Amino acid sequence: MSLLTDFAGKYAAFIWPAYGLTAAVFAAMVAEALSRARHWRRRVEALEAERTS
Amino acid sequence: MITALANPHRFMVFSRIAAPLLGALAAALILGGLALGAAAPPDYQQGETVRIMFVHVPAAWVAMMSYACLGGASFFALVFRHPLADAAAKAAAPLGAAFTLLALATGSLWGRPMWGTWWVWDARLTSVLVLFLLFLGYIALRASIDDEAKAGRAGAILALIGLINLPVVKFSVDWWNTLHQGESIFRAGGPTLAPVYLLPLALAGAGYTAAFLALWLVRTRAEVWRRRAESLALKAALA
Repeated sequence: MSLLTDFAGKYAAFIWPAYGLTAAVFAAMVAEALSRARHWRRRVEALEAERTS
Repeated sequence: MITALANPHRFMVFSRIAAPLLGALAAALILGGLALGAAAPPDYQQGETVRIMFVHVPAAWVAMMSYACLGGASFFALVFRHPLADAAAKAAAPLGAAFTLLALATGSLWGRPMWGTWWVWDARLTSVLVLFLLFLGYIALRASIDDEAKAGRAGAILALIGLINLPVVKFSVDWWNTLHQGESIFRAGGPTLAPVYLLPLALAGAGYTAAFLALWLVRTRAEVWRRRAESLALKAALA
């Protein structure tokens, strides 16, 4: 608890949202990039398999 | 390096190895920087709000860097008509928009307790808002044109014109009187920031840069695959 209060003090209402927003945006960027790459790689693999079959 | 990676096959081999390495490096640097930042003492003037600097300043750095990458890739796409450069430009824009949004939002959260306002139309804040709008404009322009080649050319021209905003962002605090503080890191005579804050900021900044590069590689790979999938689907339809 003291770590949490020492970290943000009386400005917790500003500091925690800044860190929370940063974590959320990073998580969204990573998830979006990975899912996009996975989706198109699988699509290419499926089309190549169709072509060779 | 750029010439070697201009070959799509070599780029895909390189990025398959480099992206996870850069991602791991980014996680280690960001976590290390933020841990050191959490252990740093409160600033004598700003108190604990100085900790917002460790997430705000790197986001602003990478926002500008990502626009420079968008501009550089657009130049190669426009001048040399290189499809990989066009894919890289397209992949960079949403990341740049996200980092710029982070810089604006965390800056606002820092400004409210320190300046007494969430937003002020000073030169630094306004030029960063323009940077955000340039990213959105680039994304919207590309999305509005069906022809991929025409969309790439139009986007590249917009991105190159928008490069003029980068020195405005950088030097806005020198050219105009701004509520935003002046340059304290990359300045003649060295940084004025205390080492206890400088080291965590440098680590976080390096981590954000590595994160951008990792995500840029992954998104460019996805764009290469998307174009290959569309090409294969077209061939299958014509067969």
